[in-house]
Amino acid sequence: MEAFLQHIINGVSLGSIYALIALGYTMVYGILQLINFAHSDVYMIGAFIGFYSARWLNVSDAPGYGSFFSVLFIAMIGCSILGFTIERLAYRPLRKAPKLNALITAIGVSLFLEYSGQIVFGATPQVFPNILEDSIVATFGEVRVTKFDATILITTFALMLILRHIIQHTKLGKAMRATSFNGPWASLMGINVDRIISMTFVIGSALAAAGGILVGIKYPKIEPLMGVMIGLKAFVAAVLGGIGNIAGAVLGALIMGLAEEFVVGYGASTYRDALAFGILIIILLFKPAGLLGKFTVEKV
Amino acid sequence: MSALLDVKNVRVKYGNIEALKGISFTVQSGEIISLIGANGAGKSTTLRTISGLLTPVSGEVVWQGKPIHHMKPHDIVKLGLLQSPEGRGIFANLSVLENLEMGAYTRKDSKEAITKDLENVYLLFPRIKERLRQQAGTLSGGEQQMLAISRALMGRPKLLLLDEPSLGLAPQIVETIFSIIKKINSEGTTILLVEQNAFQALKISHRGYVVETGEIVLSGKGSDLLVDPKVREAYLGG
Ligand SMILES: Nc1ncnc2c1ncn2[C@@H]1O[C@H](COP(=O)(O)OP(=O)(O)OP(=O)(O)O)[C@@H](O)[C@H]1O
Ligand SMILES: [Mg+2]
Repeated sequence: MEAFLQHIINGVSLGSIYALIALGYTMVYGILQLINFAHSDVYMIGAFIGFYSARWLNVSDAPGYGSFFSVLFIAMIGCSILGFTIERLAYRPLRKAPKLNALITAIGVSLFLEYSGQIVFGATPQVFPNILEDSIVATFGEVRVTKFDATILITTFALMLILRHIIQHTKLGKAMRATSFNGPWASLMGINVDRIISMTFVIGSALAAAGGILVGIKYPKIEPLMGVMIGLKAFVAAVLGGIGNIAGAVLGALIMGLAEEFVVGYGASTYRDALAFGILIIILLFKPAGLLGKFTVEKV
Repeated sequence: MSALLDVKNVRVKYGNIEALKGISFTVQSGEIISLIGANGAGKSTTLRTISGLLTPVSGEVVWQGKPIHHMKPHDIVKLGLLQSPEGRGIFANLSVLENLEMGAYTRKDSKEAITKDLENVYLLFPRIKERLRQQAGTLSGGEQQMLAISRALMGRPKLLLLDEPSLGLAPQIVETIFSIIKKINSEGTTILLVEQNAFQALKISHRGYVVETGEIVLSGKGSDLLVDPKVREAYLGG
């Protein structure tokens, strides 16, 4: 029983990181019907911005919430700018082109970021700076909640509340929902659709950066290809929840995190990464629209 | 007097298909103008072009003396041209109130002014008020049409463009919608109305234009077109 509870905590912690990344996939898809393959690399850059900003702030060995939040903040701002720039330079010129062109461009941007990362940061893994020190913050019998997990949970929860507020209650969020329903109609309301698309990239990228920092503190080894596998899992999570659906992305990510934790926890860790593909195949076979998605035929 | 809207010899293509073959007409301040014509004549294309969703290959759309056919749709809205598009354009995933708020998206005036306009909309369409919190996608066709018109009104239009507001509605609701269009006009809003229901449209219009395969083939006062033999034969069932 206690092992089970421990797995739940670990799984939710992992799932909430997947959720931060999955949200970016699903928001961009919801508005542009584009799978932004470069998103996982924005997450990677977020981790590296964390790495360098910790040095620059001189907090690489000064663990504490002050260091953690400053690094988090800088990474989120940095990735917002990166996401904005990627959309502006790579995707906007293709707005009127067939969807496939944008998709191929997304793969190109992804490769560009990965290999530029290898040139700039080096291909060998780096140790993420020690900006937060782990400890046990609560124990229930044998079940332990670590400071890392608590930080991950509280940070993602707070970010999701902010996101929810933006989407549900602000003018920007309403315009985002209107644009994702129908862009031309939204423009007839006076909504600047290009600006809304930019903001979607900005928000999604900031969340991915937060994911990069949280992974950095918990699994402190970062390298330019670190986004590939986690990006794939987050993408599967978004598909599982119903791509384009924000609540779905969070639900899908939690399911992915828990499933992975249980597979590993009960001895089948070799299947850790295969699990994502297994889940993807099962959804595509039985519920292609995802758990919360509505199935629509893709117009090409 | 110079026109509020002057559409000059506008040609529009979808790929190789020429949907508008040089359309010209004017809208004066205070008028209701209707564009009538059969399916595929180019009526919606005309409205989409005025709103900036399509760019003409030649010709001009002039608003208060200034060409607007190269402007973006959202900037054209800021000039005071609001369109309730073909198919109503309701955001089904937003609540009814949020749809109305989207209509007021570009407005910079006070919350109070917007609230006051909401109250006006509720006076015109009491049913909208009862359904504010509902998802707009759950409204009936007639209610969605009322919402689409209300939403455009929330933008304080100088020119209201309506694309087939009567489409698919029960006869009683059609009556209501047309009488409300007339009322909106009498309160000072200029209206450009696209309709297949030529009889109802011409009845409330100051002037009308008949569109056929991308060209204007006839124009005149609403009351004259109503009794014109060609119009009667083609659009009013003889
Ligand atoms: N997106 C499009 N791509 C290609 N052709 C189009 C497109 N939209 C309209 N057309 C063509 O342009 C012509 C004019 O269409 P439009 O929608 O303006 O007609 P309409 O007068 O509004 O008709 P209806 O009364 O059926 O709404 C039609 O021949 C139509 O087939
Ligand atoms: Mg039409």
